[in-house]
Amino acid sequence: MSPTPKLVALLAAAAVALTGCSSGSSDSGATNEGGVTTLELWTHNGGNAPELAVNKKVVDAFNASQSKYKVKLQSFPQASYNDAVTAAASAKKLPCVLDIDGPNVPNWAWAGYLQPLDVPAGFFDKQLPSTLGKLGDQVYSFGHYDVAMSMIARKSVLTQHGIRIPTIDQPWTGEEFNAAVGKIKAGGKFAFPLDMGTAGTGEWIPYAYSPLLQSFGGDLVDRQNYQSAQGVLNGPDALKWATWFRGLVTDGYAQQKSGKDSTVDFVNGKSAIMWNGSWAADTVTKKFGTDVVFLPPPDFGKGAKIGGASWQWGMSSSCAAKEGALEYLKFSAKPEYYVAYANALGLIPANTDAAAQVPSFAPGGKYRFFLELSQKAALVRPVTPAYPYISSTFQKAVADILAGGDPQKILDKAAADIDNNIKSNGNYES
Amino acid sequence: MSAVTTTQIASGRVEVRSRSARSRETLIGAAMASPAVILLVVFFLVPVLLAFGLAFTNARLISPRPARFVGIDNFVTLFGDSLFWASLRNTVYFAVVVVPVQAGLALVLALLVNAKVRGTNFFRTVYFAPVVTSMVVISLLWRFIYQPDGLLNHLISAVTFGQWHGTDWLNNPDTAMPAIMVMSIWQAVGFHMIVWLAGLQTISRDLYEAAALDGASGWKTFANITWPGLRATRTFILITITIAAFSLFTQISVMTQGGPLDRTTTVVFMAVRTGYEQQSTGYAAAVSLVFFVLVLAVSAVQRFLTRERD
Repeated sequence: MSPTPKLVALLAAAAVALTGCSSGSSDSGATNEGGVTTLELWTHNGGNAPELAVNKKVVDAFNASQSKYKVKLQSFPQASYNDAVTAAASAKKLPCVLDIDGPNVPNWAWAGYLQPLDVPAGFFDKQLPSTLGKLGDQVYSFGHYDVAMSMIARKSVLTQHGIRIPTIDQPWTGEEFNAAVGKIKAGGKFAFPLDMGTAGTGEWIPYAYSPLLQSFGGDLVDRQNYQSAQGVLNGPDALKWATWFRGLVTDGYAQQKSGKDSTVDFVNGKSAIMWNGSWAADTVTKKFGTDVVFLPPPDFGKGAKIGGASWQWGMSSSCAAKEGALEYLKFSAKPEYYVAYANALGLIPANTDAAAQVPSFAPGGKYRFFLELSQKAALVRPVTPAYPYISSTFQKAVADILAGGDPQKILDKAAADIDNNIKSNGNYES
Repeated sequence: MSAVTTTQIASGRVEVRSRSARSRETLIGAAMASPAVILLVVFFLVPVLLAFGLAFTNARLISPRPARFVGIDNFVTLFGDSLFWASLRNTVYFAVVVVPVQAGLALVLALLVNAKVRGTNFFRTVYFAPVVTSMVVISLLWRFIYQPDGLLNHLISAVTFGQWHGTDWLNNPDTAMPAIMVMSIWQAVGFHMIVWLAGLQTISRDLYEAAALDGASGWKTFANITWPGLRATRTFILITITIAAFSLFTQISVMTQGGPLDRTTTVVFMAVRTGYEQQSTGYAAAVSLVFFVLVLAVSAVQRFLTRERD
């Protein structure tokens, strides 16, 4: 058996690409037959029936709306979607329209997979800022929805322990939060009062934990010019964050590796406060009703922060029918489709006009909190082609910090690795 | 070749015909070998050569710019990378423990199920079952067994009457690797038991009968008949277990992701993580190249040590 089947497969793919299979037309993703241009559209929703149904609804409506273009939808399972796109890109077989996970947009735009969206000025005025995929000043993608992280707790538990219920305008301070968790622990009802979702892996780690780092004043990379992580990922503020984070484990407030599903543990009364996304809102509300409170994360000095950006739509630069692709994207950006996604999935509609039409997210709605928190506190992950590397490095650093390694050493190595990677890639200039 | 052709070997006509027959045989041989050869070239030779080339460039998985030759930069970075040394140390640690323990255990099991008692087929199946189960499934299963409130810890506190509660096996730097070793040995031991069994059955019954007539003890029989008779099997098992141990990846990827504190990261895991997650194809190729050389060297040493000495 081959020792590294995946790597070998990759190299074989590279070999095929190098030996000339990439010759021929560089335009793809569309065919023309009898005056009708058929565009290909790829989505990651293969295993996600409710979202795929909305995708189909938009495509069908577009196909029925005119006779010049037809869009053909192709779905992939999420786990292999990015690999499929990368492979298609190296074989120059990308579809015209595709969806992309927000933080990947800069990397793919830099690599030349995507093309900027040429829309009239003001087209995205009503768009939630965290759901636009940008590199430089150009917009490459937009999303129909976003999700938001929050501290989820029960009013009764908090008041029992004499803990103030924070608001978006007045979140907990760091000390207040630590004291609150301490009080619940001392109450003795919860073995681990806080569930930070530490069993999660992959992109969850930067999505969930880098906002906390930012609240302390650190960051994944210096956002001035995205050339270095020195001083921000391993500076004194970052060290404070790391020490605090590890402290949650050593003080017995949170588990080094929480249960597989934080929401289930919360619903079963195992944890008192859970750091989780808005996707858990329905489940916990169903169980605890109005006792559930969604709270902003603590402000550790630089404001309460959460992550932004989810899946977004863009067009490939190799598309053979760019006008058709743009027409489809503009068509799909009608508020009614934002409403359709929000209603089907319970996610935050990424358009203010649409939000007014979705009862739970309209002013006064039961999930309006998530929209407001997103508007106020959401920060997108670093907009740089280096992001996949930064993300992977940060994932490892967080795992090591939680496992009790020396935080300064871990952060120094992570920052040095990131800088090294940026330099060895010519500063990611195109 | 028929007898007629060999007696008439002086005749030129016959010689021509036999040459053309030989060349036809060569052609048929080549045709029969070609599927395997083509697959080997496409999926082994080309990738290996590409890895050799890529290891000296700054190639990336996703990049608008062509790869550039950077000389031995990747190797300089690699040998200065604490993660690489940790990976190498873990890989060697895993191999040094797993190879003898697994080979030994498999031999013991093989001797047991080779005995003429009832139900050997049942035991053979039981020991072989984990081998045919996917490693990913087994890793997920054992992750539950090892978790803080998992089966193992419940068992430990039950057996010690609550005196000892075990630990968080996979998140404790001291126990993570041994935990993975135990699981890996348990999973693969059945396969090597079958190989040992095959070896045991090649030893002639006559020898055992002769030994029994001479009144040899069980141990003497084993030391003088069984053990020497297993020479070829031994070499095979040693080399396959070693290579399998060096290529440790699935368990790590599913159970620990190389943590805690780099205690379970391995060279292959590092290569895959670098190449896919971090998209540094060139650097990953350098890691793979070093790994290739390492496995080659270890296999060569083993071949030398286990060579036929006449």
